[in-house]
Amino acid sequence: MKHILGAVCGASVLLAVPAMAETTLTIATVNNGDMIRMQGLTGEFTKANPDISVKWVTLEENVLRQRVTTDIATKGGQFDVLTIGTYEVPIWAKKGWLVPLANLGADYDVADLLPKIKDAVSVDGKLYAAPFYGESSMVMYRTDLFDKAGLKMPENPTWDFVIDAAKKLTDKNAGVYGICLRGKAGWGENMAFLSAMANSYGARWFDEKWEPQFNTPEWKTTLTTYVNLMKDAGPPGASSNGFNENLALFNAGKCAMWIDATVAASFVTNPKDSKVADQVGFALAPNTGLGKNANWLWAWSLAIPAGSKKADAAEKFIAWATSKDYTKLVAAKEGWANVPPGTRTSLYQNPEYVKAAPFAKMTLASIDAADPNKPTVKPVPYVGVQYAAIPEFQGIGTQVGQQFSAALAGSMTVDAALAAAQSATEREMKRAGYIK
Amino acid sequence: MARKSTTQRVVVSTIGAWFFGFLIFFPILWMVLASFKTELEAFAIPPSFLFFHWTTENYATVQERSDYFLHAMNSIIIAGGSTLIALLIAVPAAWSMAFSPTKRTKDVLLWMLSTKMMPPVGVLVPIYLIYKSFGLLDSRIGLVFILCLGNLPIVIWMLFTYFKEIPRDILEAARMDGATIGRELVYVLTPMAIPGLASTLLLNLILAWNEAFWTLNLSTSNAAPLTTFIASYSSPEGLFWAKLSAASTLAIAPILVLGWFSQKQLVRGLTFGAVK
Repeated sequence: MKHILGAVCGASVLLAVPAMAETTLTIATVNNGDMIRMQGLTGEFTKANPDISVKWVTLEENVLRQRVTTDIATKGGQFDVLTIGTYEVPIWAKKGWLVPLANLGADYDVADLLPKIKDAVSVDGKLYAAPFYGESSMVMYRTDLFDKAGLKMPENPTWDFVIDAAKKLTDKNAGVYGICLRGKAGWGENMAFLSAMANSYGARWFDEKWEPQFNTPEWKTTLTTYVNLMKDAGPPGASSNGFNENLALFNAGKCAMWIDATVAASFVTNPKDSKVADQVGFALAPNTGLGKNANWLWAWSLAIPAGSKKADAAEKFIAWATSKDYTKLVAAKEGWANVPPGTRTSLYQNPEYVKAAPFAKMTLASIDAADPNKPTVKPVPYVGVQYAAIPEFQGIGTQVGQQFSAALAGSMTVDAALAAAQSATEREMKRAGYIK
Repeated sequence: MARKSTTQRVVVSTIGAWFFGFLIFFPILWMVLASFKTELEAFAIPPSFLFFHWTTENYATVQERSDYFLHAMNSIIIAGGSTLIALLIAVPAAWSMAFSPTKRTKDVLLWMLSTKMMPPVGVLVPIYLIYKSFGLLDSRIGLVFILCLGNLPIVIWMLFTYFKEIPRDILEAARMDGATIGRELVYVLTPMAIPGLASTLLLNLILAWNEAFWTLNLSTSNAAPLTTFIASYSSPEGLFWAKLSAASTLAIAPILVLGWFSQKQLVRGLTFGAVK
């Protein structure tokens, strides 16, 4: 009898489990460390919300973008939560593809989100995505090499200083290069860096009438400086280096300076992955005295597609993953240095975080220094620092990136690359109806 | 003297064959080696060939993070299912075109092949909408169906060329003995075409196993095969080569083993009819 009773109880428990897990959320994301950590901690969310279960779909960034765009445009309803960047949020929100996040809960504290990041994921004052981690770009440099050469990196360096230091610190025989920068073609690769660099030189993608500006002296100075700098002080084969390649070079001790995403700071200071973990300093991305630094702004954010039938549960998940409590959860399980950075003011006021993350202050200063609404010295009709938030930009950015990568590789001149970029951009902008 | 030169030639051609064989195999070997490196070593310049710190950590991470067996099972079902259905349709189709050709047979064959000339992305949105309406998104049946359709032209073409090699007289003799079309197909034609059928089956299986456009675009989690499993290990911000290599090694292992054991049939089938 006891056995029968036990079996009945067991069976009822088994039956009850699927009955409780009524809503299954499908979450599309990229394979970045912070996202993988979030996947690992999902159990904590489902424990607190037993009526929700979660399925993860992790894809390569460009595949994810294409996959999600198809689904969202056809209202396929395959995903309930999407991981998207600040580039997509304004475009998709205006098309009505995203559900505004109005019910994140009383204790979510929207006001605590960093203002620049919050602006980047809002349209007309409404939040369309919740930032999961935010980043700008900054200079990461080797303090030991700077000391040895008798150089001192200012907190807010100029391009002249950086170029001069890069040349002095290059020792090609020892395999140490003064500076590592992105060269791999792509709107999110070399063009992210070069657009931000161009901003600091007073250049812009388009003027107020959407006319492409690659025929201006500002762009010529930017590209000439970049190509010459990389020739003199960059690693060989730089035209195929993206974020990951430069990260590997810096971690192996081959770069004296690297200007790239602030999120890299936690990788280069992690002794498990980096040979130079104890010898890294941070500074703002360089400027030319025109009032703009060469730093960008990006936030991987969580959003709900308009086709999802489980928007309520999805919003619950987003509120959990981007909350202050989630930060505390990661800190308790994996340490403060591993919490997703760049989204909340309170994180940068937390002494434990500031102590564990030597790059915290500079990350915050870099995010504050970027302004997607006023990205350039001269006025522009678009939003976005290292991109222009229009649907055509992905294609244009990649085409222009290929020309600039070819200029870096030496297979075409700077003038030819700029002329090709200008004509390609003009053609696309005419085709899209921005200009006649 | 003649013997000496023959021996020399054999040695040279053997070395040459091994060299080119190794050259072709090298990317796979490099991937397997990278899967046993740490992320930093996988990215190291200059790269180390064998003298590095060997670790199985990547395999452990991949196992922990992904449900390999679910993806592998999906791949087996999708590749196997689409191949079998394609063969069931292609054998009678190729038979009729090889043995009872009409004026339009050539046009039909060319038309079938022409469907392979269009890039799949051109029909992504209509197919996606059809799949959405029929509830086939993220389903194994949906993927079996699309891969079967995608590979059908190649299967029919391959079988057609094999069947063309079979003398019609044999089939006529069978007919004289009173065999029906069905019996002729099953008892006379099929056994004679076995090498061709085997190689078509294997080639189609490999094509379906490696197909990465439709499988990535039409599946999310339930029906996701090994291609999505591999795609999940690429990272825009973070080193991933070693883990990606481990995932890729795990993904190609089953098909590599299958190919290894059936290489005799594969080579025989592919060269079948090449020399008359």
